[in-house]
Amino acid sequence: MSKEINLEEKFQARIDAGERIEPKDWMPAKYRKTHIRQISQHAHSEIVGMLPEGNWITRAPTLRRKVGLLAKVQDEAGHGLYLYSAAETLGISRDEMEIQLITGKAKYSSIFNYPTLSWADIGAIGWLVDGAAIINQVMLTRTSFGPYARAMVRICKEESFHQRQGYEIMLGLAQGTPEQKAMAQDALNRFWWPSLMMFGPKDEDSPNTEQSVKWKIKRKTNDELRQQFIDITIPQAEYLGLTVPDPELKWNEERGHYDFGEIDWDEFWQVVKGNGPCNKERIAARTKAREDGAWVRAAALAHAEKKEARKVEKKTAV
Amino acid sequence: MKDQLYNYLLMLGDNSMILGHRLSELCGHGPALETDIALTNISLDLFGQVRGFFRYAAEVKGGEATEDSIAFLRYDREHYNCILVEQANVDFAHVIARQFFFDVFQELQLKQLVESKDEEIAAIAVKSLKETKYHLRFSSEWMKRLGDGTEESHERLQAAVDTLYPFTGEFFHETPLEKEMKENGIGVDLELIKTAFDETVSQIFVEATIKMPESKQRMVKGKYGIHSEQLGFILSDFQYMQRAYPNMEW
Repeated sequence: MSKEINLEEKFQARIDAGERIEPKDWMPAKYRKTHIRQISQHAHSEIVGMLPEGNWITRAPTLRRKVGLLAKVQDEAGHGLYLYSAAETLGISRDEMEIQLITGKAKYSSIFNYPTLSWADIGAIGWLVDGAAIINQVMLTRTSFGPYARAMVRICKEESFHQRQGYEIMLGLAQGTPEQKAMAQDALNRFWWPSLMMFGPKDEDSPNTEQSVKWKIKRKTNDELRQQFIDITIPQAEYLGLTVPDPELKWNEERGHYDFGEIDWDEFWQVVKGNGPCNKERIAARTKAREDGAWVRAAALAHAEKKEARKVEKKTAV
Repeated sequence: MKDQLYNYLLMLGDNSMILGHRLSELCGHGPALETDIALTNISLDLFGQVRGFFRYAAEVKGGEATEDSIAFLRYDREHYNCILVEQANVDFAHVIARQFFFDVFQELQLKQLVESKDEEIAAIAVKSLKETKYHLRFSSEWMKRLGDGTEESHERLQAAVDTLYPFTGEFFHETPLEKEMKENGIGVDLELIKTAFDETVSQIFVEATIKMPESKQRMVKGKYGIHSEQLGFILSDFQYMQRAYPNMEW
């Protein structure tokens, strides 16, 4: 028992000193578990996030936009891949994680349970959803677990490109015809509040925050990050000439921040619990890809084994 | 001559565009993340080739034409792709077999186009050839994996080959336009391509333990703008935004 305590103290001392924890280092079981949960959920968010945007690839309005969107969704698959690999270093397989996703045991970012109904939604997702994700992820580049932090550095670079691309789509629409401007406003109306929900529950309802701060998984609280996002985003919306759908929104000179209205937390929890507009469709799509792909993965494995066996046969013959 | 060159560029670009579209439908739904990424990559390369051909086509056509007006605003009968590339993503075996047949043909076609007297076409071909070699490596490897994998994968691939191989004859049917392009030193000699195509395909079939289908080549006329029933649906998806919101910048 005392030895365990000693190890934990040393572990915490390393984190406090700003050292990175690597997969082979000793770590408390709870640290491992928390990271498996968080990294795999992050990976799932990348993969499920491909679906609402993928929904518009075949209908992208120009060749340039189509290529941009294809490349973006492909980047997300790449992010999912590094993150699954980072989680695997903690002793869980990709297969186990996928099963957790499709059985609903693992969560993913709720924002992807909202539908993409127009081309402007692709702009809004890049601008707002990637914008919110970056705020979280920049913080995570300095998290204590090495593979996660390194994955974040790479992911952040690509995400900020995606965010600019999204904003550029919005800008084009906002400066376009009345139909295009209406499309952009409608997308902002639908994605604004869900984007604010991406930072999670209010601090007083977020039980994991304290431990996460101690382990440097979190350096700022949900409410601090949400405020940061709002403060950055409002001037961008103003530049677009679009109206943020919050009548209570206003600059507070004293605080040096925007004040904003109350988030609909009932909606938040409903979507988290699986009752959002597209939760069922997203899981069904991932389940279908997994099931349809089973025979393909089996074939690749069988072929590799046959090839290996032939090699061995050849060697023994010589 | 200008019209012929324009139509020839459409023919070259349409194969890549329609196949690129079919692959783009799969993005996010692949059998494994790695294959999802690879197929999306191929789709991206194909759309890159489309942009090369259509930008040039817009220049040739002149006036208001752009790569997008050419890509999004033609009627179905004005598309000149081969019927093979519009075939649906029935399962991964169909995706791979369709890709493999196209890649073998396209690599050979591009190798000749690199020598085209038209410098623009030659330049697009040089870039596209590099990409297509990679695509062919990918699709041939998967032909072998699926053909010589499990019993199920073998059966599925054989079924896909049986369905799709009969569309490959269209690649080698020389239209009057292609004949003219060949004679002018701009286009390719399809007969030469056919011999090399047959060789590569038979060799990969052997390695993949796939039997050459006995069924006859299908009577198809995609190169004349007469398509399968599937193209209309592809185009209603592909052209949706440009048709629903005409004359706008995106």
